[in-house]
Amino acid sequence: MTTSPMAPPRSFLWSRRIFLTLLTGFVLVPVYVMVSSSLKPLADVTGKFRWLPSELTIRPYIDIWSTVPLARYFVNSLVVAGAATVCSVVIAVFAAYAVSRYDFRGKRVFTVTVLSTQMFPGILFLLPLFLIYVNIGNATGIALFGSRGGLILTYLTFSLPFSIWMLIGYFDSVPRDLDEAALVDGCGPLGALFRVVVPAAVPGIIAVAVYAFMTAWGEVLFASVMTNDTTRTLAVGLQGYSTLNDVYWNQIMAASLVVSVPVVAGFLLLQRYLVAGLTAGAVK
Amino acid sequence: MRSIRAAAAGAVTLSLALAATACGGGSATGGGSNDSPKTLTYWASNQGASIEVDKKVLQPELDKFEKQTGIKVKLEVVPWSDLLNRILTATTSGQGPDVLNIGNTWSASLQATGALLPWDAENFGKIGGRDRFVDSALGSTGAQGKDPAAVPLYSMSYALYYNKKLFADAGISKPPATWDELVADGKKLSKDGKWGLGMEGSNPSENIHHAFVFAKQHGADFFTADGKADFTGDGTVAAVKQYVDLMAKDKVIAPGNAEYAQNQSVSDFAKGKTAMLLWQSASANLESQGMSKDDYGIAPVPVQSGTPGTGKQVNSMVAGINLAVFKNTDNTDGAAKFVKFMTSDAEQKILNKAYSTIPPVRSAQADAAFATPANGVLKDTLAKSAVALPQVADESQFETAVGTAIKGLFADAAAGRPVTTGSVKAALEKAQQQMPAA
Amino acid sequence: MTTTAQAERPAVRKNPPGTARGPRRRTGRIHRVGLPYLLLLPALLLELLVHLVPMVIGIVMSFKELTQFYIRDWGAAPWSALDNYTVSVDFDAPVGEALLHSFLVTIAFTLLSVGLCWLIGTAAAVFLQDAFRGRGLLRALFLVPYALPVYAAVITWVFMFQHDNGLVNHVLHDQLGLTDKPSFWLIGDNSFIALLTVSVWKGWPFAFLIVMAGLQNIPGELYEAAALDGAGVWQQLRRITLPSLRPVNQVLVLVLFLWTFNDFNTPFVLFGRTAPEAADLISVHIYQASFVTWNFGTGSAMSVLLLLFLLLVTGGYLALTSRGRRKAS
Repeated sequence: MTTSPMAPPRSFLWSRRIFLTLLTGFVLVPVYVMVSSSLKPLADVTGKFRWLPSELTIRPYIDIWSTVPLARYFVNSLVVAGAATVCSVVIAVFAAYAVSRYDFRGKRVFTVTVLSTQMFPGILFLLPLFLIYVNIGNATGIALFGSRGGLILTYLTFSLPFSIWMLIGYFDSVPRDLDEAALVDGCGPLGALFRVVVPAAVPGIIAVAVYAFMTAWGEVLFASVMTNDTTRTLAVGLQGYSTLNDVYWNQIMAASLVVSVPVVAGFLLLQRYLVAGLTAGAVK
Repeated sequence: MRSIRAAAAGAVTLSLALAATACGGGSATGGGSNDSPKTLTYWASNQGASIEVDKKVLQPELDKFEKQTGIKVKLEVVPWSDLLNRILTATTSGQGPDVLNIGNTWSASLQATGALLPWDAENFGKIGGRDRFVDSALGSTGAQGKDPAAVPLYSMSYALYYNKKLFADAGISKPPATWDELVADGKKLSKDGKWGLGMEGSNPSENIHHAFVFAKQHGADFFTADGKADFTGDGTVAAVKQYVDLMAKDKVIAPGNAEYAQNQSVSDFAKGKTAMLLWQSASANLESQGMSKDDYGIAPVPVQSGTPGTGKQVNSMVAGINLAVFKNTDNTDGAAKFVKFMTSDAEQKILNKAYSTIPPVRSAQADAAFATPANGVLKDTLAKSAVALPQVADESQFETAVGTAIKGLFADAAAGRPVTTGSVKAALEKAQQQMPAA
Repeated sequence: MTTTAQAERPAVRKNPPGTARGPRRRTGRIHRVGLPYLLLLPALLLELLVHLVPMVIGIVMSFKELTQFYIRDWGAAPWSALDNYTVSVDFDAPVGEALLHSFLVTIAFTLLSVGLCWLIGTAAAVFLQDAFRGRGLLRALFLVPYALPVYAAVITWVFMFQHDNGLVNHVLHDQLGLTDKPSFWLIGDNSFIALLTVSVWKGWPFAFLIVMAGLQNIPGELYEAAALDGAGVWQQLRRITLPSLRPVNQVLVLVLFLWTFNDFNTPFVLFGRTAPEAADLISVHIYQASFVTWNFGTGSAMSVLLLLFLLLVTGGYLALTSRGRRKAS
């Protein structure tokens, strides 16, 4: 941590105070709206906005589970995001290790290609991907379209480029003397990877995992086309609250909060690693 | 090294081969079969207050069907926001349900994809014949001169719902029969934070339904007789302007309605925030929101002058839901049985009662349950003064283009910007240019 | 794309570890040569399946007349040569005009959003650089918008932007009296502001996170030396902090640009299927061109054009920034 030896001047302190106060307000207001509205009775959210609930009620938190099958969507999202994260991290670790530790032909082509997929507009390959899944299904009987499996495959690939790229940077920062020592001790290259490099790169791996999980948890476009009633994820399922006759804003807010808590909590718990991981990996 | 490269090349070739088979087209199965005679998948549209309500209404009926035929029906209720997309992807991939509900205005568009089973005389024969259905409902099942792409399931028409208490408070004794009366009444009712009329300004489909009827009342049409888009005639421009003017000039609609797209206007009406609502078969919805049957009245949608009828006296579109069968179903016979079951007199009565819709089946319509004054208005409208939306292949594009244009006009009106004949015409011109050049 | 961000990294790798133990095993050679490919294989296959092959199919589709009449069997759809492209770029005709409009809106939106995200993120990171009470709390708090799932965050904003029962109008109109009547945020011209606000709210913490990480890589001695020279906080910021962040910023701005430009989730949840004209972002525009009007050929052509544009921008950007950097260092 860098600390300037001189005490900062007043102008700096004041601008800091003002800026951070305004920013805190900007960040907090929507969060406050989400939390407070989720505790309001319906009348409070259909009439003029009010800062304070006329009465506090936990009714919305009870109703959300019956208005739409939220629990099922929740499980779907957990399974999809969880599996996508695990697979994405494992695959990215392998790929990044190869790029970081070996010289081989096509390395540059590989990194450039993988990274450039980041700029593909999702809309370009939505329909083709869907067709491929359907055809694989027809040809092999593996149901990808409409299944959680298809969604897992898709999402894990979405986070792959960024993950590989970050881990390459992170692995590069792990001294190679370490894995050479392991090799001398008789570990194979994979042994060196798992016994030395991976443990030394834990913050980077956590950062990548958090990123992969968030990507999968929040995706809307592909989920809306590639899921059906039984495999629908939260991102699409949450829209169910507003296709009713009334827009149950209090329930929408309650449900939004419920689906946000796991990611936000996980994110904040792991943010230390995230910053450390990014420091060593992405921004070096 | 070489072997690795070969392997990589192999992987690439494999993927390309997969892609090539994908290029071969989505529908390996052209026609239907009877490979799985014991199951059916059915996509229902969201007709009730919520998807859960729909499941409660439909499941017992599906169980009944299973008991009768031994065919298990897997039900999925698809929200309206997803339905067209899901049908499109199902069409593209050939992997869809066996039987599905479609909005009847989509019939011609979906018919053009060739994915739906045409209801020729033979197929109609399996479900008791074409004559069982009311003509107006059959008019909205596909392009003219072609075999229908679907059969009518529920029929609806627009009606004017009005709040009796608010009317009495304002000293209005009867619901308006003409637009002039509606505007006059609306002005009396729009005060103290309450408003005369509710609308869904950001919902393209609602906009289209109203604009279409207004156009009819101006003696105009959005499509020429040979199916070409013609949005900018004087009649259609005047029609759209009259519709938007309800907010812009007459100010009987709350500006906030310009951003409504999720049926907020129904709940406003149920809460007594607005005194009138133009809606299709709203009774079940209103009652589910706690409005008692006695609180509101139902009247025909106003006309320019005189009484509802044909030609310029039209006052509703033929709204409704059709039941279609996917051509590549692997249970053709079962699907036909299911359609027969759903359009049987008994089921028609049960389902249409549950959804406060009108059965498109003649014999079911005669049931006493549909003779209440409320249903009388809807039935009368359907029989005498409702017209089907244009049955052209580009209908869904029309809904998007013109519906979105009107949404923009409502946004102008709400923001206090003038809505003139010129601005309406410009918006419609742009919409027309976005239509596929046919 | 001539250079990638990855290639910009100081290269640490020298000899592959395998060379050190060449003669140790018979199989060593095959292992050494084959292993990296084996390790890459899963990633490669997935990229092929989910990104590359679909992209090729997408490009093929863009040359077909893929309307509702053919979607059922799109292999049979007639080839349309460049028709889809000529329609898309004929800016005098409505389709092209609408695309151009949407493109310009997207550019304006992206530049503003990336600029603001970067500015706020950098300022926040710099202000949180020194230890003070409550710093940890603020840091956690600032990350919340980024951590929230997109739809949950955006839907909250939709609620706040409601005309009749939203917070924004309540504050601006009822409480502060800044507007003479409640404004519309989700339709009409203000929708651009609404979209920008949401995008910045959601996006700046990412810049904050990256810059924060970047700041930790600046050696403390630099500041100490500057302080000895008598440089104040502001001067240190200008002379040390910002220049040291250059490589970080190069990547950050590019990533933000690509994400913002391609963002679909935010406008889609905010406005639904048909975005108001003032906020008609290209991704939603293409979605509408494909799915709402059922013309997948034209939709694909538009996506391909978009991809070409992004390739061009990214390549140009990287070429430009790396040359600048080489000169500077």
